Amino acid sequence: MRVSVESVGLVAPGLNGWQAAMHVLRGDALLEHIALPAFKPELLPVNERRRTTSLIKLALMVIEDALAQSHYQMNELATVFASSEGDVEIVDRICTALTLPDHPVSPTHFHNSVHNAPAGYWAIAAGARHFSTSLAAGTDTFIAGLLEAASVSSLEQMPVLFVAYDYPLPPALAGRGYVDAVFATAMIIKPANSNDMNVFSLSLKSGTVEPPYLVAQLAELRKQNPAAAALPLLCVLAGKTTGTLAFPYHAGLSLHIEVE
Amino acid sequence: MKFEPLTLTAYTTVSALGQGRAAMRDALLHERSGLRACDYTDLATWAGRVAGVEDVSLPQALQTYSCRNNQLAALALETDGYAQAVAAAQARYSAARIGLFLGTSTSGIGATEQAYFDREQNSNELPADFNYLGTHNVYSLADFTRAYLGLNGPAKVISTACSSSAKVFATASRYIRAGWCDAAVVGGVDSLCLTTMYGFASLELISSQPCRPWDIQRDGINVGEAAGFALLERNKDGVALLGYGESADAYHMSTPHPEGEGALLAMQKALSLAQLNTEQIDYINLHGTATPANDRSEDRAVMRLFDNKVAGSSIKGWTGHTLGAAGITEAIASIIAIEEGFLPASLNTQQIDPQLNMSIVQKTTAYPVQTVMSNSFGFGGSNCSLIFGRTSW
Repeated sequence: MRVSVESVGLVAPGLNGWQAAMHVLRGDALLEHIALPAFKPELLPVNERRRTTSLIKLALMVIEDALAQSHYQMNELATVFASSEGDVEIVDRICTALTLPDHPVSPTHFHNSVHNAPAGYWAIAAGARHFSTSLAAGTDTFIAGLLEAASVSSLEQMPVLFVAYDYPLPPALAGRGYVDAVFATAMIIKPANSNDMNVFSLSLKSGTVEPPYLVAQLAELRKQNPAAAALPLLCVLAGKTTGTLAFPYHAGLSLHIEVE
Repeated sequence: MKFEPLTLTAYTTVSALGQGRAAMRDALLHERSGLRACDYTDLATWAGRVAGVEDVSLPQALQTYSCRNNQLAALALETDGYAQAVAAAQARYSAARIGLFLGTSTSGIGATEQAYFDREQNSNELPADFNYLGTHNVYSLADFTRAYLGLNGPAKVISTACSSSAKVFATASRYIRAGWCDAAVVGGVDSLCLTTMYGFASLELISSQPCRPWDIQRDGINVGEAAGFALLERNKDGVALLGYGESADAYHMSTPHPEGEGALLAMQKALSLAQLNTEQIDYINLHGTATPANDRSEDRAVMRLFDNKVAGSSIKGWTGHTLGAAGITEAIASIIAIEEGFLPASLNTQQIDPQLNMSIVQKTTAYPVQTVMSNSFGFGGSNCSLIFGRTSW
């Protein structure tokens, strides 16, 4: 299956924005651990933004970064939202409320608790009625999301906005999940044409592989967030190089991506 | 390109109607509801609770997954010979060539709720033996099921609220067409928990009575729990997935589009993929949650596409709203309707709301059902329509 990547977004500490992060991904600079500024996605009206969560805002921020270099209109895009944990900040608030007398769960928290809440906010902001899905696959959530996005784009012949994002768990649950650092990436994926740049040729194979090589700092970040499994692919895209990367996908499977 | 049908060569369902296909069939034929006055919480409502979930023990090696959601999954996997059918399929395809695509909305959140209750006074520390990843993480259900069935193929959880386990059929179809697997286990599980009970109550969407889809007095949902699984294969005779349509409302987080815009789009796409016209649909298994806004929106969407020329019903009055399991549960009800040749009634619907216009089946009726559309719509404006019918090769 062949698809091409039209544009990329990235939000992580020291990698805030695709353009700004490229020199680190190319190896021209070291990753500096700079805390991210407060997320203020412009896709949301200010009063709406106040009622959403860090995870929802993170997803929308990285989408805005990818859209900045895309020629698509927002309402032309199908979407795949991939997050290994979903909104655990909301889980924490709801589970705390449930322990109180009369169980005062906030209605806003409740409708924000669905795994597809970021997708819902995006669709409303973009006026996008096309295909949208929200998924999880543990440590392999990035690969599972990429496969979903590529299959939709290729088989249904449409551009797909693919977002992989995870936010650290709140204190009560910290250390129990998959995520210890902020990381989000977005890719606008479309069916490959003959003169496209950044063409991915995907093949799923049996057999176990080690994750692709990364410099130590980035390898450390990869351990802290399933969305950061994207880093080797982002390094290839930033360096405008070609080659084949093999990613582990569950026990006993691997996804081979030839970047042309 | 003609869509290649995927046949359900094995399937099973567990809901408030009982354990297995025959239990669902008998309840639907004899108009026996599974709803009871809620004994899961102190809320004055009715619920579709599955008996005996808490007594299910998981295999010793899978104890870390132990929670109500995975117990309910295990109960279904051992029903109707489902696990054996998957084992036989593994011998045909190999374990790595069978995909696993499951839907859930709240996964095992009940385990996290309990852990928060079990905190020491003034402490933020959850109990040391609480296994968050095994129970509540979004992927837990597929992780557990993959280990339980011994599958080694691609796997994921789709979590799009109440359309989750309808959308798994579409994902399975794409994976099979992409050549990433040869067959697929699809399904969904959602179990009773305090989050959904008090969450829907906070939105004033819970009825204090048995829910009444399309009724003039409908005033909300009853929460239900269910698990269902199907095995999808190509080139087999039987009842098959003929098409799917997925869309977004782009309207509101918890209220459907008033004109049913997203629902209409999902139904149109499903018909288009199946290369069927509206006259070829015999019956629509409605999402029909029995909230005033949901039924109005769906009625509007169906009328815009079908006019008044198709019969429909909601089985929420039998099972309650099983949320992330609604897609698979209602797909299986649709398949039973085709196999057994009857239209299930919209139970508890007594006086149809005069503002709603589509034809609602009010009495379970024998009918040679060939082709069914099953609708699932969720929070965040996530819509999925599936079409099932007989196929032969």
